[in-house]
Amino acid sequence: MSTLKILVVDDEPGIRSGVTRILKNFRVDYPFMDEAFDFEVLEAATGEAGIEIIENNIPDILLLDNKLPGIQGVEVLEYIKKKKKNIIVVMITSYASLELAVKATSDGAYDFIPKPFTPQELKSSIENITKRVFLKKMTNKLQDTGKQIRFTFLSMLSHELKAPLNAIEGYLKMVRERQLGSRIEDYDTIIDRSLDRIKGMRNLILDLLDLTRVESGKAKRNITDVDLVQLARTAMDTMRPYAIQRDVTLTLHGVSPLIVQADSEEIEIIFNNLISNAIKYNKEGGHVTCDLQRTDDCIRIKVEDSGIGLSPAEIEKIFDDFVRIKNEKTKNISGSGLGLPIIKKLVDNYSGRIEVTSIPDAGSTFTVTLPI
Amino acid sequence: MRAGNVTILIVDDDQDYLYQLQIKIQNFGYQTITAESQKEAEELIEKVKPDLAILDLMMENEDSGFILCYKMKKKYPDLPIIIASGVTAETGISFDINDENNRKWIKADCFLDKGIRTEKLKEAIDRLLEKS
Repeated sequence: MSTLKILVVDDEPGIRSGVTRILKNFRVDYPFMDEAFDFEVLEAATGEAGIEIIENNIPDILLLDNKLPGIQGVEVLEYIKKKKKNIIVVMITSYASLELAVKATSDGAYDFIPKPFTPQELKSSIENITKRVFLKKMTNKLQDTGKQIRFTFLSMLSHELKAPLNAIEGYLKMVRERQLGSRIEDYDTIIDRSLDRIKGMRNLILDLLDLTRVESGKAKRNITDVDLVQLARTAMDTMRPYAIQRDVTLTLHGVSPLIVQADSEEIEIIFNNLISNAIKYNKEGGHVTCDLQRTDDCIRIKVEDSGIGLSPAEIEKIFDDFVRIKNEKTKNISGSGLGLPIIKKLVDNYSGRIEVTSIPDAGSTFTVTLPI
Repeated sequence: MRAGNVTILIVDDDQDYLYQLQIKIQNFGYQTITAESQKEAEELIEKVKPDLAILDLMMENEDSGFILCYKMKKKYPDLPIIIASGVTAETGISFDINDENNRKWIKADCFLDKGIRTEKLKEAIDRLLEKS
């Protein structure tokens, strides 16, 4: 048996004692858990008192009312976020302030329970959270023992490599078993799909080679005078057939020569990835503009598109290995999830930085700044 | 129940797996409807009640399948549900819901590994349809 600590922060004594009573003999037990969970409830009547408890005796779960006498619930939430405390926060809120609760969930709260709640509602919410805590603990435990599978680079990689193989294997079996009947034309779609997955896998391997080069190939770097405008033009020429296919216009602004000290292959990778992303995540009839400028102390490469854009939450993740934004708009776009991490690592090698601004459905601008 | 009148809902965020499963099940003689996410499936069951549902476990979240299963059982308590997952291979977490005690927590009727052979899948589906 494992005990999870739950802190209730609410100025109504009735709510606090209610939660304590409901959860006193409550247990959560799933067949896939090694052990059952029960609960110890801590109480605080104000946000300030809540924070004091969090500092001294960190709870696993926080049930947080927003309307409090002193600091408000959202401020407690902000504090937890700022201090990077590992606590699952559930907002307790009256129906009237549901909108606020929804906002709180986008600020990091895991869930919300509308007030008044029945014992069953509280229990099922706690049950869900417990499952999440369990999965998290499991992940941490595996990480500690070095056995963590899902989130290490190699396992992500093996997952990414296995997924297309599974798909293609499935399709080949369909053909072998003639699952779509005896007409060869009926298999066109699955053949195309298999070829797409093979292409995706090839791109992944090419990106991996780039990544290996970035991470281990420092000794082989060949720093010379390179003309950025020339390299950008070459990258655009390479991408032009793809742009035409997608009906996207490419424009380059910059006066050649724009000379910097760099490794030309690395700069090529940066341009290729930025421009191909800008085409890939664009709309039909859209445009991509690459703008190159030198200021007193740096070079600025700006690639702007008129594509599907990114939300602030998506921007936070896109430089992590293998992250791909999954939504309705990206459903049919394939990618390795390595393009931006590669750019980020390369730019770091030059002590530069990469920034993104974006408006969903209007477009994104990626700006790389390299010091000179 | 006559095979041709049976509708099976398949929910999976991997469109290749979804399509392959759909064809298999159509070849068993059942009709299929599909959804590619927990959210899409929730909207779909507002309009249609399938005769059986097969849910992927990890979709938007690592527990999407559980949540979806819970919500579906709440709406249609008699709907047989299979949770199909590749999770055992990836995390080492194994599921056992053949125990009566465990069934009351996870309300799915059956857990299957995604790599299951076609005949085994048909067996599992037919057994659940017969019971319902």
